[in-house]
Parts: sequence; C-alpha cells; structure tokens
Amino acid sequence: MNRVAKSDLILRVTNLYKTFDNTIAVDGISFHLARGEVLGLLGANGAGKSTTLQILLGLTTPTSGQVHIFDRDLSRHRISILQHCNFASAYTGLPTNLKVWENLLIFAYLYQVPHPFKKIQSLLQLLQIEHLKNQVTGHLSSGESTRVHLAKALLNDPELLLLDEPTASLDPDIADKMRKFLRHIQQERGMSMIYTSHNMRDVEEVCDRVLFMHRGRILVSGTPAAITDHFQSASLEDAFIRVAREGDQFLSP
Amino acid sequence: MNLYRITALVLRYTFLYTRSFPRVLEMFFWPVMDLLVWGMLTQYLQSAPYQVPGFIRFLLGSMILWDVLYRSQQATTISFLEDIWARNLMNVFVAPVRLVEFFMATFCVGMVKILITVAVLTLLSAAFFDFQLFSLGASLIPLFINLLVMGWSVGMVTTGMILRWGQASEALAWGIPFLLQPVCAAFYPVSTLPQWLQPISLAIPATHVFEGMRDVLAGKGLSGFSLFYAVGLNCIYLVGAALLFRYFFNQARHRGLLAKLGTQ
Repeated sequence: MNRVAKSDLILRVTNLYKTFDNTIAVDGISFHLARGEVLGLLGANGAGKSTTLQILLGLTTPTSGQVHIFDRDLSRHRISILQHCNFASAYTGLPTNLKVWENLLIFAYLYQVPHPFKKIQSLLQLLQIEHLKNQVTGHLSSGESTRVHLAKALLNDPELLLLDEPTASLDPDIADKMRKFLRHIQQERGMSMIYTSHNMRDVEEVCDRVLFMHRGRILVSGTPAAITDHFQSASLEDAFIRVAREGDQFLSP
Repeated sequence: MNLYRITALVLRYTFLYTRSFPRVLEMFFWPVMDLLVWGMLTQYLQSAPYQVPGFIRFLLGSMILWDVLYRSQQATTISFLEDIWARNLMNVFVAPVRLVEFFMATFCVGMVKILITVAVLTLLSAAFFDFQLFSLGASLIPLFINLLVMGWSVGMVTTGMILRWGQASEALAWGIPFLLQPVCAAFYPVSTLPQWLQPISLAIPATHVFEGMRDVLAGKGLSGFSLFYAVGLNCIYLVGAALLFRYFFNQARHRGLLAKLGTQ
C-alpha cells in the first residue's frame, strides 16, 4: 500500500451504528480525521467512545455504516490498514516475564519494521527508557510501562495512532511529561491521532478537535475551547460534568 | 500468509518458554508422572497370573501417543490463553496479524514442545520399562502427524469456544480432550466399546491412529485402511475446526468480546 494516502483525510466514518442486543452503543455517527490532526473522543462512561475506537481498530464489527482509513474500506482491507496504524492503552498489557526489548522486538517483527534493533534503540532513547531495555516488563512502574507501550505503538511510525486513556494510571507529573511528549512527537511527525481520555487536561493540551459523545451520538464537535463555550461552562471539566448529568437535553430528537 | 509475522509469534513463545521455569516444567511434569504411574501399574499387572502378553507396550505406546494429541491441543489453546492472561490479546489483534498466521505459530511451537516431551518420554520408557517407541518403526511418523493435526483441530475449536464464551470457559482448555479420551479408544480396542458407541468412535481420527498403533505393536503392520480413514477424517476435522473458529471469531467481533477479553 502507498504510504501517502491520496486524500488529506486519514479517516472517514459515515453513519456508524452499533447495537449490542437491544442496547445502542453507537448511534449513527459520522466524522473525519485530517492528516496531522489530533481528535479527542470525549464522553462519560457508556457514551460510545470505546466502542467507536474498537470499531476503528477492527476489533468490533459495526452493525451498519462505513469506516474508511487511508481511503480504504476497513472491512475489506483491515490487515493492510493496520500495518500503518498502531494503538496504546492503559488497559492492555505485554507479556510480563519478557524483557522490554524482547516485547518490542516481537512487535517490530509483527509490523515488519526495517532494522528493528536500531528502531527499538532509537525509541528507547526518545522515550528516555534506555535503561529499562533489559528489565522484565512485569517489574516496571506504571509510568515506565506506559512509556514502553508508547514505544510499541511508535515502532512502525504509524500514520494513525489510537490512544485509549494513555495517562489513566499516571501521577500528574508523569502524565504532564507524557502529554508534552505526545504533542511534540505528533507535531514533529505530522501523525494523526485519536485520543480518548477522562482527563480534561489531556484533552485540552493534546487535542486539536474534540467529539463530545453522549449515548452513542456526537453532541458537539470543535476545539476544546469551543466546546467549553458551547456549553457555557467555566472549563471543559464543567462541560463534561454537565453533559454527563444533563446530556439527554442536548440530544436532538 | 506472512512468514515474517509467523516467526515473530514463534519468537514470542520461545521467549515466553525460555523465560519461565514453571512453563518448562509443565512440559514434562504430568507426562512423566503419567508414564511412571501407568508403567508401574502395567508392570504389576504383567506379573499377575491373568496377564495380557505385551500389555505394557500397548499401554505405554497409547500413553505417549495420547500425549501427542493432548499436548498439540494444549499448545494451541494455552498460547491463546497466555495472551488473555497477559492482557496482550488486543495488542496482537490490532497488529496486522491474520488468524492463519496466529495459528501457524501456535502449531509450530506446539510441534517443538511435543517433540521435546515425546523424546523425554521415549527415553524414560526405554530406561525404566524396556519399551522402545521406535519399535513402531516408520509407522510412527504418520501416527504422530495424524495425532498432531487432530490436536490442532481440537485446539482451534476450544480456543474459539473460549473466545465466544470468555475466560469463564477456560476449563474447556483442559477438559475437552478428556471428553474424547474414552471414545477414541486410546487405551483399548474399539471393539471394547458398547456397540452403539463404536460408529462414533470410528468417526474420530485418533481412533484409527490408536487402532493402527496396536496393529503395529502386535506385528500386523500399519493398515492402509486405518491410515486412510485417519487422514481423511483429519482433513474434514481441520477444515471444520477452521470454519467453526472463524464463526466464533466473527461472533466475538460482532458482540465486542475480542476487546473485552483483551482487557479483562
């Protein structure tokens, strides 16, 4: 596959709909992601963010609707698309009894990274975890583990990086460093990112645009500042709380 | 199918096993215990007045070959469970890995593990009970391969069931092969089974392998008939298991279970 997609849109989601038995998880949403843009998915638990992310990763099949990534239909070209995407989450793990470099090497091979040892070395340096190279993964702290996961997610120089609450288990200091690192690397590489988080600081600092979701629908889309204004709230966090508690009144019939 | 990705997954299991003493021990502990217990028991029975000639050879041969089937199934299913236990399943399935590559890697790793286990069992049975597995001669190769392949089929179905019904059904990984054991005439001829159960037994590839092994040990040679049935049934089982796994996998994706299982 050509690494440069023809369009400036990395991702196009059209009328995406997902039900689990009688529950509507994603209710006909459409959105897009431009090259080099960071899009945040925001919403309370059950808003449909995780399901949307799982559909974008091909882990869950939509009930209806279309997902095009790099101008290709995800349902038909999943493997070739995944070759140019990557993912990190606070809720996944890596085999705990393997050393850090062993885990990274395996994923480097899975993504067919050229010169894998060199790449691993450079990422360990970039994330300032070179000293962890020979550590057993299960012995790492949350902050170290997050950085290892991020190294794994950057192995194939993804054009699209999906991050699911990457700072969820980090203390404020490490979380701040992680946000700055993510923003820096995203701007340097022109990478597109989809970012879910319950941490409003994450969203404000990292995301260019936010989709505010409630009950599977997109309530509003815009910059973090525009979202705050939209809900006439003092902060994004206040807007979040307001939507979580009174979100139904903002839903169009 | 991409050899590079299969190698990556094989490498993962190689690291996993060489880093973990309990995992290495598990490869030998139960098979060696089984061999010793059954070997001693049959030695005792042979000394009894109602002894069956060559009984120890039949039983130890069956025991070792049963282990090929069991370990083959285990290798496939446990490899999958390892990813669930490590919460690594999502990382693997969001990488560009095809199902066929995932299974090919587990089959390769399983084969190596089985060869090592069988080598140890063969040495022990020769040293303690004067039973030479290689007395089966060249027949050992098709018998071994057929059991290996049947183990893959059972492993794929078991893995699919865990995928569909979640980690709570983990016990299936250990239990399913033992549902087959009494029916596939591993330790006694098919004729010992009740009449109504015999057609079911004959529909299992392993039955023909164990019948074939007993023929060889009795000096009759491996019947082409047994081999033909074992190979034919294995082909049907393998295709059926692959289709069934695909169905379970699609169901899991439809119900969002793949992501749940990957983060539990």
